[in-house]
Amino acid sequence: MCQDCGCGDPEIVPVEVHQRLLSANDRVARHNRAHFVEHAVLALNLMGSPGSGKTAILEAMARAPGVNRKLAAVSGDLATDRDAERLRAAGIPAATITTGSACHLDAEMVHRALHDFALDGLDFFVIENVGNLVCPAIYDLGQALNVVALSTTEGEDKPLKYPVMFRNADAVLLTKIDLLPHLGGVCIRNFDDALARVMPEPRVFPVSARTGEGLDRWLQWLDEKRIRA
Amino acid sequence: MHEYSIVSSLLERVGAEARTHNAIAVHRLTIRIGAAAGVDPDLLSKAYEMFREGTLCAGAELCVQRVEEQWACPRCGRTIARGEILRCAECATPARLVSGDEIILEQIEMEVP
Repeated sequence: MCQDCGCGDPEIVPVEVHQRLLSANDRVARHNRAHFVEHAVLALNLMGSPGSGKTAILEAMARAPGVNRKLAAVSGDLATDRDAERLRAAGIPAATITTGSACHLDAEMVHRALHDFALDGLDFFVIENVGNLVCPAIYDLGQALNVVALSTTEGEDKPLKYPVMFRNADAVLLTKIDLLPHLGGVCIRNFDDALARVMPEPRVFPVSARTGEGLDRWLQWLDEKRIRA
Repeated sequence: MHEYSIVSSLLERVGAEARTHNAIAVHRLTIRIGAAAGVDPDLLSKAYEMFREGTLCAGAELCVQRVEEQWACPRCGRTIARGEILRCAECATPARLVSGDEIILEQIEMEVP
């Protein structure tokens, strides 16, 4: 009731909130993060365009010689189980989060999926996001690292067109480098230049999932991150 | 288009605040969106128009305050324009985003009986 003049009108009250609009998602993401940390698992949020090679990189990691790294993964997919099927065929325990029409994963979807995994004994847990360079960028899932797969065939200016995705990345996997000789002038230097304009500290790993080139540097970096985590 | 899911978070949050204050209606929402936040203010407003029907916000105006994207050197303070190499030309320190990534619910004006 209006307190000022006794007119009987309801009162209009300004309520100050000053909080992130995605604070409910952030809360669940913190819970996921605590879960990963408790089990000493390094969690990656792997993002990138459809067809950028996210699944192929994980398959290549599973076949990489040397250290036996224990990986598990969930794959966000609008309609199919195909990515998780490929990962399971490569020996990676994997499940699908079917998002229907949703264009990104959120922390709650990942939280539900985590109930199906035993994290004990794992080294890495990869959240393979829905193929999309826009929407997944703003949702914290509880990962330790954001990684973006960018393929050489997508075009050198993709980082400039989708700056938010790359700005939030801890590392960029420049994939399909075995195709560079066929791409008429496309070169790694131009990707590096574009990334330096959207990432203050760009960390780029040129790789080929097909030939295995560059995977050693990427895996060495991941191993170091895991030890420090 | 994640603007729909952001509006749905917004309406849930406003609903919770309104219940806490026993509000009978909401008159105005003020949110702040940065130019580098990855959210399109126009799409967000359109999504809000669609979703507010039948909620406490049905008659509430959505006021969007836009925030510019600004980068600077954290060491010497030099401003670095969007599109430049994000490293200070003077001291080579990696730039820092000073503003522009905000997605914030600032204020709710509600009607309390």
